[in-house]
This record gives sequence, structure tokens and C-alpha cells, in this order.
Amino acid sequence: MERIGVFVCHCGINISSMVDVESIVERVRELDGVVEAKSYKYMCSDRGAQIIKKSIEEKGIDGAVIACCSPRMHEPTFRGVAEDGGMNPFTVEIANIREQCSWAHDSRERSTEKAMKLVMSSVAKARLLEPLERGRTPVIPNALVIGGGIAGIQASLDLANEGFRVYLVEKDPSIGGRMAQLDKTFPTLDCSSCILTPKMMEVYHHPNIDLMTYSEVLSIEGSIGDYRVKVRRKPRYVDVDRCTGCGDCVTACRMRDRIPDEFNMGLSNRSAIYIQFPQAIPLKAVMDSETCLFHRFGKCGDGPLCVEACEAEAIDFEQKEEVAELNVGAIVVATGYDLLDPASLHEYGYSRSKNVITTLELERLISSSGPTKGEVRLPSSGERPRSVTMIMCVGSRDETQCSWCCRIGCMTALKQVILLRENLGEEVEINILYTDIRSFGKGYEEFYRNVRAENTNFFRGRPSEVRIRNEDIRIDIFDTITNKLFEIRTDMVVLVPAVVPRADSGEFARMMNLSRSGDGFLLEAHLKLKPMDTFVNGIFIAGCCQGPKDITDTVAQASGAASRAAGILSKKELENDPLIAVVDADLCSGCRICISLCPYSAIEPVVETMAGEEVVHAEINEVLCQGCGACVAACPSGAINQMGFKDNQILAMIGVLNDCSDAGGLK
Amino acid sequence: MPVTERKLKFAFYWGASCGGCEIAVLDIDEKILDVAAAADILFWPVAVDTKYSDVEAMEDGFIDVCFFNGAIRTSEQEELAHLLRRKSGCLVAFGSCAAMGGIPGLANLANRDKIFETAYLDNPSTSNPGRTLPSKESRVKEGTLTLPEFHDRVRALHQVTDVDYFLPGCPPPTNLILEAVNAVIKGELPPKGSVIAPEKSVCEECRFEKSEKMLTEIRRIYEVEKVEDRCLLEQGIICLGPATRGGCSARCLDAYMPCTGCGGPTPNSMDQGGKMISALASILGLEGEEALPDEEIERLLDGIVDPVGTFYKYGLAAALINRRLEG
Ligand SMILES: Cc1cc2nc3c(=O)[nH]c(=O)nc-3n(C[C@H](O)[C@H](O)[C@H](O)COP(=O)(O)OP(=O)(O)OC[C@H]3O[C@@H](n4cnc5c(N)ncnc54)[C@H](O)[C@@H]3O)c2cc1C
Repeated sequence: MERIGVFVCHCGINISSMVDVESIVERVRELDGVVEAKSYKYMCSDRGAQIIKKSIEEKGIDGAVIACCSPRMHEPTFRGVAEDGGMNPFTVEIANIREQCSWAHDSRERSTEKAMKLVMSSVAKARLLEPLERGRTPVIPNALVIGGGIAGIQASLDLANEGFRVYLVEKDPSIGGRMAQLDKTFPTLDCSSCILTPKMMEVYHHPNIDLMTYSEVLSIEGSIGDYRVKVRRKPRYVDVDRCTGCGDCVTACRMRDRIPDEFNMGLSNRSAIYIQFPQAIPLKAVMDSETCLFHRFGKCGDGPLCVEACEAEAIDFEQKEEVAELNVGAIVVATGYDLLDPASLHEYGYSRSKNVITTLELERLISSSGPTKGEVRLPSSGERPRSVTMIMCVGSRDETQCSWCCRIGCMTALKQVILLRENLGEEVEINILYTDIRSFGKGYEEFYRNVRAENTNFFRGRPSEVRIRNEDIRIDIFDTITNKLFEIRTDMVVLVPAVVPRADSGEFARMMNLSRSGDGFLLEAHLKLKPMDTFVNGIFIAGCCQGPKDITDTVAQASGAASRAAGILSKKELENDPLIAVVDADLCSGCRICISLCPYSAIEPVVETMAGEEVVHAEINEVLCQGCGACVAACPSGAINQMGFKDNQILAMIGVLNDCSDAGGLK
Repeated sequence: MPVTERKLKFAFYWGASCGGCEIAVLDIDEKILDVAAAADILFWPVAVDTKYSDVEAMEDGFIDVCFFNGAIRTSEQEELAHLLRRKSGCLVAFGSCAAMGGIPGLANLANRDKIFETAYLDNPSTSNPGRTLPSKESRVKEGTLTLPEFHDRVRALHQVTDVDYFLPGCPPPTNLILEAVNAVIKGELPPKGSVIAPEKSVCEECRFEKSEKMLTEIRRIYEVEKVEDRCLLEQGIICLGPATRGGCSARCLDAYMPCTGCGGPTPNSMDQGGKMISALASILGLEGEEALPDEEIERLLDGIVDPVGTFYKYGLAAALINRRLEG
């Protein structure tokens, strides 16, 4: 820029006590291209803004150096001031003389000298700055929510209530997720279905929500504001418009009670055509083509009994898979979690005895819609257990399995103590083998105290082995509180397994271009400050796909993600920061080094035909690019430039910093 | 130099070089005849018997174009650089050594004393009981003998005198030599300071298929099984192609050998070796980078044998960091 104004801030006495502000103003006035130099007590104040705007108007400055605090504080402020005053906001350069000078040093003389160098180097850069324009992209005001657990349900409802169209894609036949499998929920002991079902109904009936169950995202293209998503809709072989959910087909099916029921964790059997659970939304039958006789062999007795049973004539063997194409502006990912399969920890005997179960299986046993209609019975014999032992941290907080805490195990086990007593009576013996009790949530510690007051045996330690001989189960546990070794004889063991990323989360993350943290859960952009954002702009995460959490935190995060998404969808257009990386196609030879390392997947190779020959060069999507500079540093041929931080601009600064007398910088 | 009716006057000179550049000139085959028809060669120590004094006797600017190959290592080469600069209208740094120091530039990892020690004293095939080292002057009974001074450091031509054009390559490819000569003959020279070669890197000319690059280890060419058509860098072989100016038709790659960088940096790159190091650091161990233990990083880096020789094979003398100062 040719007409530069320099504005030095006193920051009250924050800067001026350690930096001789006036001497800087006097010195920079003499530099090439500087046509204005002023100081003021608070440059960021309204009065300061007036000073800058007046210089733009009267002196016609086209570039500004503000010597003040960190650009993290006020760079946006001063860019805004410049823009208001009619100057290009991107020809503003900040020299940080507070954090880097006055606050950091105790010699006024040397601190002033350093501030002088910094301001002069900023002037050198300002001479070479270029005016930049923000790009604009129109926003499609639709949202996609992936996963219909409580997180996805909450996010969908919030967005739909804000007036946006929402596509909720759930891979299972019904929404509800894990919460639908639970009986009662800690710490309030609300019945899980009683609080979940109304929300599921609301989703189903909401005019703004397109519910796509039994569907999966196939591919995603585009960027924030304008994503194009392909969704595969698996055939249910049932015409959902006709099906009334009466269940007659389920009862009629020849495969009735012969296929392990996934919803009941394999503790009961279902038919080949089934309704996922009594409160399923949509309450529609679905035919499992892998177990349906007609699908497998083209023949089912003298004819499929489901067809015969269905008065609504809803069965349709000809249904085909469909691919829906959606266009959305923002995406919330809420794909939930899995539990560690305890079979991988042989010592706990999960695969050696039917009476060693998991907490989720126990939820199903306790549930009145579960395999035993809510009667807790030993899976091996159907008898009432007299003693139940719960082993916590199965795979959790264990360097060989999952180093992290599952955050819900302790509370789940404590909750189940109460539910077991309700179910089996006060006389049942309950042992809890724990590592630490982590009861950190609101009302959790109180909940724990209540359970502790009851007649429950707490052993602190991890059992070495669960020994199993037929119905006889024994556990050795060294209690580290009493320093004693105990042998527990028990009828039933309930394992509290670690919460792990979904088995397909790696594949899913790759498809969505999302990153994962070391534990395999989806990675947030910043654990504390951007917990719902991802590194892909416009894609947010909520619930257990980001890491283990209880329902309270899941719902809070889902609402947070929805409001982050709404922030985008409510805009007509998005403005893109122009301080991004740009490829010089004339210099790029298409080596593709930059492509794999872009954390935002913003770079793509494009093929062009030049003089009859195909040439490849990289192209950066200006909407996706966050200006991190990774590609700029990596480009071996120097074909990528970082706007606002071009080599010549930075070299000019280095030139001045190396030699203060040569304030002209490198040529 | 405008197009002239008269015959042009060329000169060729060699500084610290291997002689390959001279061969490259001859390599233009029968087209040398066209050159001879268009130009007289006034000075060419390898082929024409002209004395330095003959050059000194010429008027300043008398030579139209001087093609100077080789780096500047001795006082003689430095003097000739200045002399030929004065006598030539246009001075071309010909070949990687003149353009950026070349392989002789790697001597900047040591200094004169170290080099003399290795070459004249500690060399297993040298017997030098009197521990005689080259010196500028030696008295013998017939009088005083002089040798040019051996500088402490190797420099590229432009670090010694003003250069008009650069024609990198070890040696420069024939097509680029012809392009340069034709440009002179037709008087269609690019702006001063230009490198006479395409702007894009070697990858542009390389025929191998390129896809994304995430290296899990560094390997040397003999450690890989030949996979036709697959980018060598992707196979873990350090190939300087992406950091090197093309124009060579990727000849080395055609022979399934990685680019070693003789074309020098691309137009927007300040330091070829630095750029390549930065690129390699960006893609090496990229997958699961956050979780890489230090030992693994060490192991990956240990795969790079002779880093300076690899990344600065031709460019050390003219690099940002261009010599070892101690030890
Ligand atoms: C035994 C047990 C007891 C618990 N008890 C309590 C309790 O009492 N109180 C409490 O607060 N918390 C409790 N929890 C925790 C609670 O289950 C979770 O906090 C909650 O379910 C998280 O909801 P979510 O929506 O994130 O995930 P999920 O419930 O796992 O839902 C994810 C949904 O996404 C779908 N999905 C996955 N991948 C895809 C895909 N690629 N495409 C489309 N859809 C997909 C899944 O099918 C599923 O419907 C308990 C957990 C367990 C294991």
C-alpha cells in the first residue's frame, strides 16, 4: 500500500508505562509511505475509531498499522473500523506492542526499542499488503442430522422448531438409539421410554422433519452452506404408507422366535419380519431379507404367511433400494457409541457362562417390554438370582483396552442396584467391585450416597478372574480398602463394559472427512471452546459419537450443535475469510503433496486441458479452507500462497527486524 | 542484444566443474553447425586455443554471449568471471554449478584446511611424507611458481558477479541449450535474471501416476520393487521432482531414478532443499501423526541418509544456509 497510517495505542498505561509511544510516532512518521502517525489513549474505543476513520477520509490512507494489543483481541475490531471508514479491511496490520513488549519486559528503553522494530516491520509488511475481498456463498437452509438416538432427536427438534427443514437419517428401522433400550434413567429414575417416546412422536409428526429410517449416508460433497449428500434407503419390503404396525405379520412369520433379537441383545428371538420394539417410530414392520425364507430361497412354504396375514396388503417383495439426494447447509452428526464386547477379556467369563451379562443386557431384563417381561431371571435356568455381582470398569481405564473412563458405568451400576432391589426384593445380595466411584454429575453424588446406605457390598479393586463351574460362579477380589482377599460366590455377574467408538466409526469418519481422536471417537475442533464443531466447517457433532457421556450431557450438546448449525442456516449468504491459501495454477505441477495433509479436505486435484494436453493442478476450496497454512509450508514448489502472509510480506518484516536502520526492508 | 545482421560472438568458460557441461554443448549434435553458422566462438578453453590475454585485449562488451559453467572455487575462476563479465554483453550461468554452486558447492560443508587435509594428507592413496600442501607461491631454483588461490568457500557465479540468465541442469538439457541459443540469435531474450526453463516442477513432465502422499517410511531405490507408473515419492523414495524446476523431460524418472534436484528451485521458492524438507516433513508419518511416539519419529527420520547431500546436492552454495562455519 502506498499511503499508510500508523496508529499507536497507549492502552491506558498498559503500553505507555513501558513503551515511549510518542517516540515511535515521531520515528515512523519519517518512513517511506507513511502519511499519518497518531497515538491515542485507547485506540479500540469509539474515539480511537474516529481518529482512524478521519485519517482515511482526510489523508486518504489505504493501509493501516495499529500498534496495540494482540491481534487476537482487536484485529477484528480494527478491520471493522477500517471497513466502516471505507478502506479495505485486509490492509490493516497489527503490531502487538502490549503482550510482546510492555507486558513482557521491565526496561522501558529496551521495550521501546523492540516496539519500534515491531512497528517498523509492520509498516514494511503493510507496504506489500494487498486489498482482499471476501467470497460469498449462498446457504441452503436445510439441515441433515445423522443418527436418531437422543442426540439426533434433540438436534432435529431444535432445528425444526427454528423453522429449518431437517432430514434425520437413522440406519436402524426405528429412531431412539440406546436410550430406547434402557429401563429407567439415573439419577432421577425416570422411565426411559416415558421421556423418550414423546420426543420420538414429535419428530415423526413434525412438519419440518423428513424422517429417513433404515437409511445410511453414502457420500457427501460440497462445503458449508451447500452440501450434497447421497442417502441410501434400504428396502423394508413393507409399504410404509399401508402398514399399520399391527404386528400380525410378525406373529404369522414362519421364522418366528428363531432369529436373535438385536434390540434385546440376543436375550430373546424375533421373526424375519419384525417391529424393532413396541414404541418404534415409525411403527412399521421391516423385513430382514437375510433371514426371510422367501428372500433366501424364493419360497416360503406354500406362500409367505406375512402376505396372508397382512390385511393392509403392505408386504412388497419387489421393493428396491433407493438413493435420495439431499442438499443441506449444515450437518449434525450424532451416531452414538458401542459397548466393548467383554468376550475380549477372557478372565471375566462372558463367553463362558450365560449368567455373565452386561449392564445393557440387564437393562433389557429389567424392562417390562424386554425378553422376560421385566422379571430378572438367570438366563441359564430362568430362576431368580439370589446374589448379583457387578464388575465395573470392564475394559475402561485399562491401558491394554480403553484408557478412558466410560463416564456412565458407575452411575449405571448404582442405578441398577436400585432397580434390582425393586425387582428381586430386599433380600437379594448385591456386590459391587469398583475402581473408583465417579459420581460427578448433578444429583449423582446424592444418588450414590443413597445406594451406599443400602445393604450393598462394595469392594474396591479389580477381580483377577471370574471362575465358572456350571451354575457355580466364584470371584476372587482383593479389596484395597481392607487389604483383604475375598472370594465371592454369586449367581449372576453383571459386567460394566467400556464405552467405545462405533465399530464403523473409522470408515464413517473417512467418508465424512472428519478426524478422530486417539481413542477413535470423532474429534471436536477444540475440546473446550469448540466442543461441537469439527475441522470441517458446517459439520457438528453431538452425543456419544464425540466421547462417552450421559443423557444430560448428550442433550445439552445436541442443542448446542443444533444452535451452531442454526447460526449458519439462518444466514442467506456466508462470507468467507479471504486470508486463506491460494494455488498459483501456473506454478503447480500437481504433485499432490498438499492434498493428503489438509485437515479440512479443502484441496482437490483438478484436470484441465491446455494446448491439447491434460494438466493437473491443485485447487483450494475457498469455503473449506481455514487458512491454517499447512499446505503453504508443504508445497515444495512454492505454488501455494497464504493471503496476508505471502513470502515477500514476511521477508520484508524479517528484513526490518534484522536491521532496524534499513526500515525499507528487503527489495 | 538486438537482432543483428553480423555474426554473433560467443564465449564458453569452465569454472569448478566436471566437464559435463562442455559435453552437453557438443551434445546438441549437428545443430552445432547452425550455431557455428550464426556465431563465432571467440573463447573456449576446452576446444579453442585462445589465451586469457587475448580476452583481455578485447573491447568491453565485445563478446555477445558468454556461457559460463562451473562454480567459483579459485581466484583464477573469480578473475575470469569478472573479466568475462566485462567483455560480454550477456553472461549466462550455464549448468547447476554456475547457477547454484552445484556438487562442488557441497565442499562448503568443510573449509580449505579440512579439504587440503583430506586431499593431500589423510587420503589413504596419498603418500606425502613431507606434508606438502598447495600454496600460492613456491620458490624453486628456476624462480617462483604461482598457483591460483583456493578459496575457503565455493560460490555460484551470481554470488561473484552480475549474471544475466541462468540455465540450470547437470548438465543443462539439450533442448534448453538450443532454446537459449535460438533466443540469442533471434534477439528474443526474456527479462534479465530469468531462468531459461519452464516454471513448473519436474512432476509436470514426469509420466508416473500421482495420488495422495502419506509416507510410512523412507526407502532407497534399491529397496523397492519396481512398480511401473507409480510416483517414486509415494513409494517412500526421496524424489526432489516436486521441488525442482522442470525442463529436463524428467529424464531420470524415465530411467526409474528419483530426481536429485539439478534444475534448482522453482520460481517462487527461496530454498529448494528447505522446501523439500518441509514437504517431506509434512507427509512423513502423516497417518496417525498425533499418536506417533518420539522413537518412531526418530526411526522415520533415520531413513534419510545424508540429508545435506540429498536435499542440497546442487544448491548448497546458493542456499539460505550455505556453508558450515565451524568444525
Ligand atoms: C447400560 C446403559 C445404561 C445407561 N443408563 C443411563 C442412564 O440411566 N442415564 C443416562 O443419562 N445415561 C445412561 N446411559 C447413557 C446413554 O445411553 C447415552 O448417553 C445416550 O444413549 C447417548 O445418545 P446418542 O444419541 O449420543 O447415541 P445412541 O443412543 O447410540 O444413538 C445413536 C444413533 O445413531 C444411529 N447411527 C449410528 N451410526 C449411524 C449412521 N452411520 N447412519 C445413521 N444412523 C446411525 C444408531 O443406530 C443410533 O440410533 C446408559 C448407557 C448404557 C450402556
